[in-house]
Amino acid sequence: MKLKKSTINNIISYGIVIVAFIICQSMIASGSMTRSLKGQMIPICVYIVMAVSLNLVVGISGELSLGHAGFMCVGAFSGAIVSSWLLAALNMENEILRLVLSMLAGGVLAGIAGVLIGIPVLRLRGDYLAIVTLAFGEIIRNVLNCLYFSLDGKRLCVAFNSPNVPGTVVVNGPAGTAGIQKIASFPVGFALILFTLFVVMNLINSRSGRAIMATRDNRIAAEAMGINVTKYKMMAFVTSAVLAGMAGALYGLNFSTVAASKFKFDTSILVLVFVVLGGIGNIWGSIIAAALLTVLPELLRAFSDYRMLAYAIVLILVMLATNNPFIRSLFDRLIHRRKPAAQAQRGGASE
Amino acid sequence: MSENSTKKRMLDTKMVPAPSHGIIPERDYYSTPVLEARHLGIEFGGLKAVDDFNLIIGKTEIAGLIGPNGAGKTTVFNLLTKVYQPTMGTIMVNGKDTAGMNTVQANKLGIARTFQNIRLFGNMTVEDNVRIGLHNQVKYGMFTGIFRMPAYWKQEKRQHEQALELLSLFDMQDLAGARAGSLPYGAQRRLEIVRALATHPCLLLLDEPAAGMNPHETEELMRNIIKIRDQFQIAVMLIEHDMNLVMGICEGICVLNYGRIIAKGTADEIQANPTVIEAYLGKKKEG
Repeated sequence: MKLKKSTINNIISYGIVIVAFIICQSMIASGSMTRSLKGQMIPICVYIVMAVSLNLVVGISGELSLGHAGFMCVGAFSGAIVSSWLLAALNMENEILRLVLSMLAGGVLAGIAGVLIGIPVLRLRGDYLAIVTLAFGEIIRNVLNCLYFSLDGKRLCVAFNSPNVPGTVVVNGPAGTAGIQKIASFPVGFALILFTLFVVMNLINSRSGRAIMATRDNRIAAEAMGINVTKYKMMAFVTSAVLAGMAGALYGLNFSTVAASKFKFDTSILVLVFVVLGGIGNIWGSIIAAALLTVLPELLRAFSDYRMLAYAIVLILVMLATNNPFIRSLFDRLIHRRKPAAQAQRGGASE
Repeated sequence: MSENSTKKRMLDTKMVPAPSHGIIPERDYYSTPVLEARHLGIEFGGLKAVDDFNLIIGKTEIAGLIGPNGAGKTTVFNLLTKVYQPTMGTIMVNGKDTAGMNTVQANKLGIARTFQNIRLFGNMTVEDNVRIGLHNQVKYGMFTGIFRMPAYWKQEKRQHEQALELLSLFDMQDLAGARAGSLPYGAQRRLEIVRALATHPCLLLLDEPAAGMNPHETEELMRNIIKIRDQFQIAVMLIEHDMNLVMGICEGICVLNYGRIIAKGTADEIQANPTVIEAYLGKKKEG
């Protein structure tokens, strides 16, 4: 069977990610990677997944969402709780299995949060939608700030706004998760990136994905073609929330303690910066931007006090460069070599 | 159909083409009219944009809706496709009342339209635009799509074949891979018609299909509209300012002015109607 162009593109994408993984893995094995960079590997995976999933909402479905860190927060907390519970109740020693199950739980709970938030939010459009997602992101964080979870034997105890919970505390209100085993591993993070790419790219090249893009391009026409706009906006929003939740679980299990204050508005904006800088709707752009910009603050350590200033300058320079028509056309010619046949066809049609 | 039931239907439908509701070609007398609008109207804050609009369109009729600028023609289309909810009257599609429906449901019932200002999905390919039209014809779920189940490959293939078949109607199959926004104007208009046809309509609403076309292209369009009607056995209703096109192919014409129907009839009747001439050219000065 002749492979479609999109299928070939997908295979190339997976190939590049796998090659990058092998290079990183061999660098870790040979010890040629600095300690600080090694510590950055899992956050890089997390932010790549965050950026790609946010791109599904911002770029593919065309709605500006400013509350993406909220879903990450739900994922991080539920992942931490589920992983502790699995260890205490089922005595599950296998770390990888525990990590994967925690990530799935994080994804499912973030997905439920996505549905609940999506119902009111997706009735709005444009700026209003952005403002309400921002509010919901903050609401999630503040609610989790007041929750206390503990494990009393096999029993999971929950309390709201009072730290009097029996047994070993897992989530300690504003202090965040406590006593979590750091079971996150780079290969699983890499697998999550592959999974995210698989889901997002396959979704785009399917009936549902086309419907999502149609609602972005022209809502009125999409409705006139019999496409249920709210349903497909919801589909993109919830898929994105599930992926963010899985990334959040991975993130939460990478540290022995994570507080809800880690998932503030800044984190949502940071992920949005990755998406915008990589190009809205461009999956590869998101991956590269997320990876580079997560490493950048470390690389700029040489500037010590002026680190964040240098970071900002780099951002502005990249912005200017990607919007420069000359550089754009240069990239266009490099990447999308236009086929002469297609050009001739277009010329023929305009006769 | 047995002789008896034919007779019965004849008796029933004899009442339908009443003079106040328009003219239906003879061949459509015995089938349910595709569209029946009764006392349709909409008010925008006291302004009656459309008022007491009565129209019946036969199953395979080509109908025209004309009128001076601002007469409310596109508003009628927006009412029929449920972009606006009518404040008065009823719309029946194939005998079904559309009260309370939204645009999506109206489309599923069989009303498809094109837009006066082209509304293609400009960043997508020509084929993908048609595939979106096929959205409710060739179905599979989200998970089938993500995990590439066997149904995905089967249905994608069917969609691909159907899309190319529809595009070949206008000889556009070679452009399937081109970006829709990059097409020349005339081709974009044709693509909009193909996309609307892909939703498998029983009534195709064309909003100024010939706008911006040269006489040669318009002639081709006229042939194509008749071809579509004959091939798909559907009704077509069009808004158009090009009188050659309207008078050339429309079997029934309805003239709208200030939101009200001022005349209905065949092309010859409309051309001779003094009210229509007055609406377009103004009153003759007395004396």
